[in-house]
Amino acid sequence: MPITIQIPTALRVFTDRKSEVRANGATVAGAIADFAASYPDIRQHLYDEDGTLRSFINIYLGDTNVKNLGGLDTPLKDGDTLMLVPAIAGGSCPR
Amino acid sequence: MIVLPDSASMAIMSEGARVYPNECCGALLGTADGSGGRVVSEILPIHNGREAEEQFHRFVIGPDDFMASEKTARARGLDVIGFYHSHPDHPAIPSDYDREHALPWYSYVIVAVESGVAGDLTSWILDCDRSRFLKEL
Ligand SMILES: [Zn+2]
Repeated sequence: MPITIQIPTALRVFTDRKSEVRANGATVAGAIADFAASYPDIRQHLYDEDGTLRSFINIYLGDTNVKNLGGLDTPLKDGDTLMLVPAIAGGSCPR
Repeated sequence: MIVLPDSASMAIMSEGARVYPNECCGALLGTADGSGGRVVSEILPIHNGREAEEQFHRFVIGPDDFMASEKTARARGLDVIGFYHSHPDHPAIPSDYDREHALPWYSYVIVAVESGVAGDLTSWILDCDRSRFLKEL
């Protein structure tokens, strides 16, 4: 399923400055994995050491956070657009 | 390298003091060239999305607020080039929690607020292997 992924400014250093890239996948998880395989340097910023998508990476299908749809298992159709949207988090204490 | 004019650093310090004993947070709006240079023109305070009882040591700018900050920046002809937050009664040094949640490329400004008075202000960029922050200011 060919789809489009929109890339936030901070991650465009890994996509040759492209603001959107093409990827393939039947689900959100599949499309993101396909994208990460095409741009391997981005992988560590999207996934933690266990291969789980980092908690601060949000994925929007159109205007909707996929957390409010079927999560990473949300099915995609031809021509869908996903947007990677980070949350910015931090704080003074280590844990 | 980041250029943070006095007007912007003063605004961040006054936000840090105003929100004490909680953490303040917001976006740095400005311009970036292609080779790592960036200039902050103004700051955009954003409300801390964490639960009230966690705000003394945590902040979050949720995805909707993130998108809104990018929209505001674009409307002003600027880009979001980083984020700031305060460390109430902690030094202006990024915590491991900061590093684990950081993105590459952005500048992360931290202001220490000691007993309600803003002091040290530093700026950091995540190293490309995520192992540490590099101090830029
Ligand atoms: Zn911090």
